[in-house]
Amino acid sequence: MSFATTAVDRRSFLKTSLTGATGLIVGFYLPGRREVLADSAEPSVLNAFIHVSPDDKVTILISKSEMGQGVVTSLSMLAAEELECDWKQIRTEFAPADRVYFDPAFGMQGTGGSQSVHSGWVPMRTAGATAREMLITAAAQKWAVDASECHAENGKVVHTATKRSVTYGSVAEAAGKLTPPDSKTIKLKDPSEFKVIGKATKRLDTPDKVCGKAMFGIDARRPGMLHASVEHCPVFGGKVASFDATKAKAIPGVKDVVPIMTGGPGQPPVMTGVAVVADNTWTAFQGRKALEIKWDEGPNASATTESIFKMFEEKAQTPGASSRKEGDAASAMSSAAQKVEADYRVPYQAHATMEPMNCLADVQADRVDLWVPTQFQTPSQQISAGIAGVKPDQAFVHTTYLGGGFGRRGWSDFVMEACQLSRAMKAPVQVTWKREDDTQHDYYRPASYIKMAAALDADGNPTAFTARVACDSIMNWFFPGSIKNGMDQSSVEGVTDIAYDIPNILVDYQLVSGPVPQGFWRSVGASQNGFFSESFIDECAAAAKKDPYEYRKALLAKKPRHLGVLNLVAEKAGWGKPLPKGMYRGIAVLESFDTYVAEVAEISIDKDSGVKVHRMVCTLDCGQVVNPGIIEQQAMGAMVFGLTQTLKGEITIDKGRVVQANFDTYPPLRMNECPKMEVYIVPSKEVPRGMGEPAVPPVAPAICNAIFAATGKRIRKLPVTLEDLA
Amino acid sequence: MRAFDCERIQKFWGEVLVAIHFTLNGKPTTLDVNPDMPLLWALRDSLNMTGTKFGCGMALCGACTVHINGEATRSCITPVSSIAGKKVTTIEGLSVDGHSHPVQKAWIEIDVPQCGYCQSGQIMSAAALLAKTARPTDAQIDDAMSGNVCRCGTYNHIRKAIKRAAQLQAGGSKSAIIEQNAPVESAENAVDALVGGAE
Repeated sequence: MSFATTAVDRRSFLKTSLTGATGLIVGFYLPGRREVLADSAEPSVLNAFIHVSPDDKVTILISKSEMGQGVVTSLSMLAAEELECDWKQIRTEFAPADRVYFDPAFGMQGTGGSQSVHSGWVPMRTAGATAREMLITAAAQKWAVDASECHAENGKVVHTATKRSVTYGSVAEAAGKLTPPDSKTIKLKDPSEFKVIGKATKRLDTPDKVCGKAMFGIDARRPGMLHASVEHCPVFGGKVASFDATKAKAIPGVKDVVPIMTGGPGQPPVMTGVAVVADNTWTAFQGRKALEIKWDEGPNASATTESIFKMFEEKAQTPGASSRKEGDAASAMSSAAQKVEADYRVPYQAHATMEPMNCLADVQADRVDLWVPTQFQTPSQQISAGIAGVKPDQAFVHTTYLGGGFGRRGWSDFVMEACQLSRAMKAPVQVTWKREDDTQHDYYRPASYIKMAAALDADGNPTAFTARVACDSIMNWFFPGSIKNGMDQSSVEGVTDIAYDIPNILVDYQLVSGPVPQGFWRSVGASQNGFFSESFIDECAAAAKKDPYEYRKALLAKKPRHLGVLNLVAEKAGWGKPLPKGMYRGIAVLESFDTYVAEVAEISIDKDSGVKVHRMVCTLDCGQVVNPGIIEQQAMGAMVFGLTQTLKGEITIDKGRVVQANFDTYPPLRMNECPKMEVYIVPSKEVPRGMGEPAVPPVAPAICNAIFAATGKRIRKLPVTLEDLA
Repeated sequence: MRAFDCERIQKFWGEVLVAIHFTLNGKPTTLDVNPDMPLLWALRDSLNMTGTKFGCGMALCGACTVHINGEATRSCITPVSSIAGKKVTTIEGLSVDGHSHPVQKAWIEIDVPQCGYCQSGQIMSAAALLAKTARPTDAQIDDAMSGNVCRCGTYNHIRKAIKRAAQLQAGGSKSAIIEQNAPVESAENAVDALVGGAE
């Protein structure tokens, strides 16, 4: 899974990342990196996360992309906890692309999988502690006392006996000349000593985000830059047959019309789009309207949503790659007192980040610079270097703020376009996608089809559970050829890991390659499989004539963390207590990304306007809490994301292309549709896990289970429509 | 001679380039662009004011919201030809120091933004709402804010922050009224008053 990367030596790294700065730079090895990079020729190199300048500013380098999930703040908190600086001293910078910032979980530099706080937990605290020790040593040397006689507090080194003190800034330069201590000798604080971690610290990025100062990719500006926009082949897998740029070029302000090629290792480049380059974005958009392009629509020109689901349903008739096999599900089925069977499906979903895809590239003879809202710096660096014809260490990725990510910005298609255009124009070029491009040329959350069955005994308890998933594979799109034995874990996560105490389980997967590009979408496989499994267990509870909460509780007796959130959500939502007339509740609980989340939805149904969600109660256990304010934000945001998928959004295919285009046809949840939301955290001493995604999956089943409570109708297809309720 | 030149110039450009004069954040501003260009792109690409965001291009998401003569307006569908002589306020001009408008103060206090991309538009819509409706009800907040999409899902925080901003505004300032009614030529004073009043 790792990308081959050319090493960046320490000297050039420092030059790149800390131009013009003097003072203390602290580095350390990321644990486990050596193992992850075993296929890389280069040994692990020293890293740099903390910079203390003589004017007492502490700069934390953020190696993760900030797309709203709060990493700028939470990673800084981890470092600050051990650094013992004043929180007001902290500044942050996005780290450059460098292999020292590789996340062990990905084998490259990138942000996703609700991973950032988890993977930064030890390294960022170690960075803070190492820096602190060096500052103490420098101060002790200045005073000619032993370092053990000194301690650090609030941005100062204090000689404990005499109460003499110096600021960090005043000893930073001396500290920077010291050899960093071995990180193995560093003892990190016990959680009982935490002063920063666990506190609802205000986000560091808020002030810049309320006055228009925060720089997103689309805001990047360079002298002499040009603006471009690309007309992409509307049909997946299609290409440009021919084009006439005469009329577009006649528009004042249009500089040129340039073909866009798509290709990759082992694939011949294909002309998949035509770019108009102009002196401003709007003129580039106008130029696109004047292009005359003949498309070769290719082999997918007749694909429709129904033709794709037909493939899924056909494939789902026969066994696929085994994902989980415990006991003997077949015999349990044959001896069942009662059988529950159901097929479910969900549509493709687009990411619809508020900031459309964009990238500013400046290709020069000996370097390429990118200003880009990317989730994955390493592929951006590799691709830009390849197109610019320079070495990867001559490709400089300036990560900006991301106006939403949700997985979409793990791809580098927009980087490829900007680099091609800058190379062709010999000038900095910013490519900006229109909303319609963004909706119609996404890497979509897989549409998926599932057949499920359960055997219940005489008491209604499940003795067997079987599930067969049929859908396309994200990993097969992200790393073509990476799928072994037909299994993509992301296609079955959320159902194959069903937590209920069921003795016989059989889950398999039919990988169905289709024309629609597939990608990681907030909570990935759990976004659909959580809906499947948590609706289906509700079906079992109904068949068993048992309360959906009590039924789950009994089957989770051996799962304390599931039980913790489940019991708390029942308590906070007032499960079992009477509701006003016309109001109904539904419940769901799911672990994803090692975080446990339970949700209760309170809904009413109107025959003309459909489902109204009045209240969402969310309980979660994400291990040690780093910033409860950000956790609440993420849980609420994820619920809004889940509400959109449940009630609003659907990407459909006709004639090989996406039908939806803008927010009128792919509607997101709006303010007037947003329920009251409550979030409660179950305290935990476990290692922290992420909160970016795990509150998405329980939303759809909680709402649909409430619909069942209201109507007796089981929703087995998203989004919920008026017809489903009639 | 002068008239002749003007005529020639206009004929030559086919009325493509006509200077448009307006007031931007209290400063007299001139734009020499195609008059059909939406204000959004003139702000972002011609004037380098990137705080106003592009989201949809069809007035469906509100990310591009600015104030034109005090009214919340989607700049992505507002041709620059229509703003001649008018007073435009963008997020950069809402307060002199970028954080002292009651809405900005409340946004910071409640920690509203996540990715932050839609927040310029949210704040401009909220400021326009509070300028007219000092104590908005939930229904009034829904009406004023449902044109602004946030994919991060900050809606509950926004609602809370608008109510907080209403309190802050009531606490010591007629700022919103000053802003709305200020004549174009004294807009800078109005912004000063707004900041002073809100402190």
